[in-house]
Amino acid sequence: MSDHILTPLTALGKTTSTTDIIGGITLCENPNFAIASLAVRQGRGQDLQTLLTPVLDGELPGPGRAVLSESATAIWTGNGQWFLMAPLSEHPDYAAEIKDLVKDTASVTEQTDGWVIFDLTGDDLVPMLERLCNLNSKALAAGHATRCLIEHLGCLIICRESGRNFTILGPRSSASSLHHTLVTAAHSVA
Amino acid sequence: MIINHPLLGPRDAQEFVYHGDASLIDRPDANAETALDDFHDYLYLRDNPAGSHKELWFHEQGLRSWLVVTRDTTTQEISLVELASDYAKRRGWDR
Repeated sequence: MSDHILTPLTALGKTTSTTDIIGGITLCENPNFAIASLAVRQGRGQDLQTLLTPVLDGELPGPGRAVLSESATAIWTGNGQWFLMAPLSEHPDYAAEIKDLVKDTASVTEQTDGWVIFDLTGDDLVPMLERLCNLNSKALAAGHATRCLIEHLGCLIICRESGRNFTILGPRSSASSLHHTLVTAAHSVA
Repeated sequence: MIINHPLLGPRDAQEFVYHGDASLIDRPDANAETALDDFHDYLYLRDNPAGSHKELWFHEQGLRSWLVVTRDTTTQEISLVELASDYAKRRGWDR
């Protein structure tokens, strides 16, 4: 086999992740997550739950919720559908790993390079989120997660700490556009 | 306009796409003797009520779920929102 010498690039096309500090807001591109989507097979919900309980330290999240455990993050994305996220360095082939775990109880799809992930931290991010999307951002509490529109992009928003710490997943092919939108919104409230 | 999603709560109508009359769920049997007439009616004949109307909405920029929304066409008031799968099962479909 030929030995390719390839340099991995982040979603924004750099070799290291991009961080913007704007006033009290820190926006950091996070290339360190492996992502896999999970869709339960018909009537196998309980079996899937049993297999995943040790990974998640509990149950799969319900509508509009995420489970943020040490080893993995699970986000509800639809009826019987979830996104699972884990550190990329420890799980370079995450989808295959999850497939081995859940066997025939669910279908698993690799999502890692489909998304750009931004970590957003600050003392009060509510005014910024109000400029970005039409969610009731003040009401978002830790463990809430939902898909919504930012500009024209369908994004997943995960709340890690109410008003102070959010993770935003957006389509990787529009990573620069989303980054521009987030930076612009941050400048307008900083 | 706000649509009160049965799973996610109130969401802006901007996230949804209108996909027509809820009677589209009741697709005729393609193998019936009267299939040609049934499909003609199914495709082309619509009630156009001034008042309560059941319609299909797709939560495209959110959950990507199909909903049956009961809306009053004269006041825009939405009286009921349910998952299209629940509505279809109630009408005897298997999913």
